[in-house]
Amino acid sequence: MEQLTEKLIHILEENARYSVSELSSMLDVDEQKISTIMEKLEADGIICGYKAIVDWDKFSDAHVTALIEIKVTPQRDAGFEEIAEKIMEMDEVESVYLMSGGFDLCATVQGKTFKDVALFVAKRLAVMDNVISTATHFVLRRYKELGVALLNKQKDDRGVMSL
Amino acid sequence: MKPISELINPSVLEIKPSGIRKFFDIAESMQNVISLGVGEPDFKTPWHIREAGIHSLERGHTRYTSNRGMEELRRAVTDFMKRKYDLTYDYQSEVLITVGGSEAIDACIRTFISAGDEVLIPEPSFVCYRPITELAGGTPVIIQTKEEDQFKLTAAQLREHITDKTKMLILPYPNNPTGAVMRKKDLEEIAAVLKDTDILVLSDEIYAELTYGGERHVSVAEIDGMKERSIVVSGFSKTYSMTGWRLGFACGPAAAIDQMNKIHQFGIMSSPTTSQYAAIEALKNGDHDISDMREEYDTRRKFIVNEFRKMGLHCFEPEGAFYVFPSIQSTGMTSEEFCEKLLMQKHVAAVPGTAFGACGEGFIRVSYCNSLKNLRTAVNRIKVFLKGE
Repeated sequence: MEQLTEKLIHILEENARYSVSELSSMLDVDEQKISTIMEKLEADGIICGYKAIVDWDKFSDAHVTALIEIKVTPQRDAGFEEIAEKIMEMDEVESVYLMSGGFDLCATVQGKTFKDVALFVAKRLAVMDNVISTATHFVLRRYKELGVALLNKQKDDRGVMSL
Repeated sequence: MKPISELINPSVLEIKPSGIRKFFDIAESMQNVISLGVGEPDFKTPWHIREAGIHSLERGHTRYTSNRGMEELRRAVTDFMKRKYDLTYDYQSEVLITVGGSEAIDACIRTFISAGDEVLIPEPSFVCYRPITELAGGTPVIIQTKEEDQFKLTAAQLREHITDKTKMLILPYPNNPTGAVMRKKDLEEIAAVLKDTDILVLSDEIYAELTYGGERHVSVAEIDGMKERSIVVSGFSKTYSMTGWRLGFACGPAAAIDQMNKIHQFGIMSSPTTSQYAAIEALKNGDHDISDMREEYDTRRKFIVNEFRKMGLHCFEPEGAFYVFPSIQSTGMTSEEFCEKLLMQKHVAAVPGTAFGACGEGFIRVSYCNSLKNLRTAVNRIKVFLKGE
């Protein structure tokens, strides 16, 4: 059962749009069972959502992502949690991680222009209590996103038929 | 002076180009085709294996190796055969490294077969055994396996086809195109028939590591009394996704390997050196690659088989290789008609079963060497095709 669940997670992680019927074919179990496992994974918060992987650069120029290193003063009792929670509440923030190494928190932030993002950092992030410093790194080009190659996709060079 | 076309060896002239070549050419010329027609893995050779090849070039290992192949590689092959199938071969005298499994098959048939010898070939199967037998002057004797026997060679069929001229039995399992495998019990029955004969076995086990359903592949050489009269052929192409490296091997009794090495040494000299270095890395550190790829293939296999069954196509349970062999008899079309229409109307390429022998009529070979994403699109197109939309 655990093996089946893990396999199902891997398949959905690769492509969340398979139908229950298709998943039942892949895993060789009935559809009811697939639905039950998926519902449980969602209820347990193991599967947190299903989203499209978008290459915004192909759609318009008005999309900027930045990775922001944040150094903070951890608080007594709350540690990094409270500040991380405050940061994650902001709509511009796409993800927040607690990091090992030279800084404490890492946030990815999305905006329409470089200036938007820079101002967000200056006006909202950097001024927060307990934030000691920030460093903003803009993403210039995305090669791969969530395991999917966005650039230079390799063509299948095998030909169509061989025995 | 005669034109060059009149100087060709009649045995070569007699080899018929495959009838479906034209169909293949059409498929190759079409755009946006999803191919279920490819007989090679879609995975790239795992990086650490490629790196070993690159590293050997950087160090300047660009010369011939010994005719039989590098000693380190032959040792790694014998370790592999021991580890996987509990077969003990002597790396010095019982292993030959060849240019793909194909060269090993060619060398083996030519080593044993001369004019008048009969070679038993179960079909449907890969297409090389018959022409190579004919080139050697031998007579191919086809055994048509049946779906009701899960496309296994049965002892009764074998017995029926043995004559006093029978010299060799080809055992092409796990099978291309059917995905059939011979389990231990099946092989024991075959061995019992061969026991009191002088027939040797050429066992093409190139897909051995792609065996599904929990039980491992069993080599015919593991059956009591069979190792002494069997040549086991395998290679790196399917096991490690190394088709383009062109490397395989044969294991068998020293007396056979010695003679095969003569043909190999004059025809080939030695197998590609870079590939041999890469293959050493594959055998030593590649077991996890095999299990990762096998697991992925297995998901695809289940997907394709179950989806075909849901469409109402009868589909035999393939337990090896990377093909499924559904029956399309219920459509009333011949294999070629079915494949041609599917290609023209829905841009999905599959191979008519008849490409692998007359008894493949009524079946198509579907390769699942393609991403689940593409397999899914192909399945959806086939669904629409079957509804006649």
